[in-house]
Amino acid sequence: MSETAETTGWTGAEQMEVLTFELNGELFALEAVAVQEIMDLAPETVVPGAGAFAGAVINFRGKVIPLSDLRVAFAMERGEPTIDSRIVVIEIDLDGEPTLVGLRTDKVHEVTTLARADAEAPPSVGMRWRPEFIQCLVKRDGEFIVVPALQTLFNQQHDARQSTASATRH
Amino acid sequence: MNEAIAIFQVEARENLELIEQGLLDLLDRPEDRDLVDAVFRGLHTLKGSGAMFGFDALAGFTHHCETAFDRVRKGEVAATTDLVSAVLAARDHMRQLLEDPSGDHGAAGDALLADLERAVREADGAAAPETPKAGATTWRVKFELPADAFRNGANPLALLNELRDLGEAHVVVDTSRVPPLSRMEPTDLHLGWTVTLTTEHGRSAIEDVFIFVMDEMTLSIEAVDAEAAAPQEAPQAAPQAAPQAAPQDAPVQAAAEPAQAPVSAAKPAAVAPAAPAAEPAEAGGAKAAKAAESVRVPADRLDELMDRVGELVIAQSRLSQIAAGGTDVALRAVSEEIERLSGELRDTMMVLRMVPVSTLFGRFRRLVHDLARETGKAIELSTDGESTEIDKTVIERLADPLVHLIRNAADHGLETAEDRAAAGKPATGRIRLSAHQSGGEVVITIRDDGRGIDRDRVRAKAESQGLIEPGAAISDHDLLQMIFHPGFSTAAAVTNLSGRGVGMDVVKRTIEGLRGSIDIASRPGEGSEVSLRIPLTLAIIDGLLVRVGHGRYVIPLDAVEECLELSLDEDLRSRGRSFISLRNSLVPFLRLREMFDTGTPPELHQKVVVVSTGAERIGLVVDQIIGDHQTVIKSMSKLHSGLPTFSGATILGDGGVALILDVGHLVAKGQQQEAQMREAV
Repeated sequence: MSETAETTGWTGAEQMEVLTFELNGELFALEAVAVQEIMDLAPETVVPGAGAFAGAVINFRGKVIPLSDLRVAFAMERGEPTIDSRIVVIEIDLDGEPTLVGLRTDKVHEVTTLARADAEAPPSVGMRWRPEFIQCLVKRDGEFIVVPALQTLFNQQHDARQSTASATRH
Repeated sequence: MNEAIAIFQVEARENLELIEQGLLDLLDRPEDRDLVDAVFRGLHTLKGSGAMFGFDALAGFTHHCETAFDRVRKGEVAATTDLVSAVLAARDHMRQLLEDPSGDHGAAGDALLADLERAVREADGAAAPETPKAGATTWRVKFELPADAFRNGANPLALLNELRDLGEAHVVVDTSRVPPLSRMEPTDLHLGWTVTLTTEHGRSAIEDVFIFVMDEMTLSIEAVDAEAAAPQEAPQAAPQAAPQAAPQDAPVQAAAEPAQAPVSAAKPAAVAPAAPAAEPAEAGGAKAAKAAESVRVPADRLDELMDRVGELVIAQSRLSQIAAGGTDVALRAVSEEIERLSGELRDTMMVLRMVPVSTLFGRFRRLVHDLARETGKAIELSTDGESTEIDKTVIERLADPLVHLIRNAADHGLETAEDRAAAGKPATGRIRLSAHQSGGEVVITIRDDGRGIDRDRVRAKAESQGLIEPGAAISDHDLLQMIFHPGFSTAAAVTNLSGRGVGMDVVKRTIEGLRGSIDIASRPGEGSEVSLRIPLTLAIIDGLLVRVGHGRYVIPLDAVEECLELSLDEDLRSRGRSFISLRNSLVPFLRLREMFDTGTPPELHQKVVVVSTGAERIGLVVDQIIGDHQTVIKSMSKLHSGLPTFSGATILGDGGVALILDVGHLVAKGQQQEAQMREAV
């Protein structure tokens, strides 16, 4: 069971509704309530100096939102976009401010329900991913679905950004 | 009803502001009758409307203040500093009663009233009765009220009763204006009155009866016994203006002097003479006419409108892009028309949101007054450029930083009177607030003539906090910047006002949040000056759209000085030094292509956009200049907020996003580069 401080989406009913998507051949799941919209690829504007994790911005319904790439956080190879590539727009909390962020995905699968009983905490060894970025792994049909710890992930990137920015400033 | 209460509260707040301003003015000109009347009227209105809207605590409390202040108005007591300060404190309590009518404020209110009572008692005797009693005079008072007087709440019977209270009155009604029954409007007032009044009170007492209806009515007051009244009239019309006019004026003069003494001994006796009664009435009338022309709009509706205009501007630039790309002449004509209209709409919208900084500066007079009392220092606040206008939202967000800076100036900057005397400075410390527009920015400076920032202390503190190496060489400018570090305070003792070390960093962050910058200069022994540079608006700017590699960027047009071509020769020649010569002066430039690491080869004909902030210039090398762009500024998310190069982003006509360059930051970077080059040479 995941013991992170992050609020998990498991409801009292021991279930969580999620949106599953593919990234570099791995299956990921996001809590469905956080998802705002699934959109086609849009023209991206690179933000020089912003780093690879959130290296671009896009126009989402008249708002300028960052486009981030989970593959950077999970040290995955970054393939070329395909015809199935989509952007999943989610809302996360950054410094107490609700912020819209676009996530690159290779393919969006479905909205489904995961059972808490199938969830496992990330193993501390034998994994090349940083365990604090993973909320839990859910077993289903013989494969694992990764539920990333988005809050931790984004706050860490945000903090890293802030500290490098202030470091360069002085 | 709730809406009516909200309107009452808004109006009462404004009224309280006016009362405060009036009281503060009164501190400078304690014998200005107009000010006294204005404050009294404000209190009276507040009491009346408060009771009407169920703010009983407010009405009750204000009633006591009004009663006390009435004695000032009648000239029975002088408007001493203590008395005015007590009324100011009471005003704050009224504000509290207004905002939180259900709260329990009884004890605080009683204490304030006791203070006020004491102040009035002390002021009593400071002024002799204004009117020398010279026996009864007979006056003929003629008055007519406007036809709609009833609807405005005037009650002629009450006025007549008040006249009767003054002395023996004989009332004759004038029915000449009453129309035939068929044309008579039952709610209109058609009557006039002539009252023959024999009273010991003077003319001003009679005028006071009509003080609240004076602006709309016609009133004539003449003495029936002309010989008896004439000498008496002079001191009443202008009691301070002509103190030496007649021998019987001596008591008036005696009264005026002690009243002024506590305020400022240096001030000459003759300050603003009391204006003739007709003038305030006229001024009041003009003010009423002006007020009728303005409409009160909730701020959020204005913001909503602003958003719509922003969206419209985006849609319009999309339209003009389509029109420019096609061959349809009619479409192009319409598109140009819409471009013009939306531009005008945008400008109008901007003006709607602009407010003069006087609304901001006005609040600080009270702050300085309070600071002077708290610190026991004599402080004089002077302001300059109050008509400079800034976007409303900017003004609101500037208030806190400015309060902090003024507190700092009063607490840390200004010395005590003894220290000032020792340093050969005038005893009264001066804080100067000024504002002026410079290009697309407003510069606000706060200057004090105090002791200045103690460099040694700043250095010691910075070293103890590990911000700089002990004994490290650091420029004076950089050393002063240390005070913007979080938790940095050089005050030896923490006072109620400042010195808690939260502040300057918050000030800096707020200003940067407004896309502004803050700078500090200080001379030991002569004082400090903090200047804030704030952009005029946060919402829409005119920009120059440029391309660098594949990315498009907006440079605020206010900052652009000129555009020129960077020839291949010059480009190659400047490899090593990154300077171009522009009319005999060297301008450093930044290659945005390299800075942004675009990975694209340079265009054959690169352009240089020369931008400036104030006196400093820098060239930005871009691949292409696309053209003008009306830029609706969208802020960047927190993920990108740490990037100083960009002040925001905007959406282009084709739906793409362009980043807005922060010129101030780029110029600083260019200067830095220049300094490095100089060092290298």
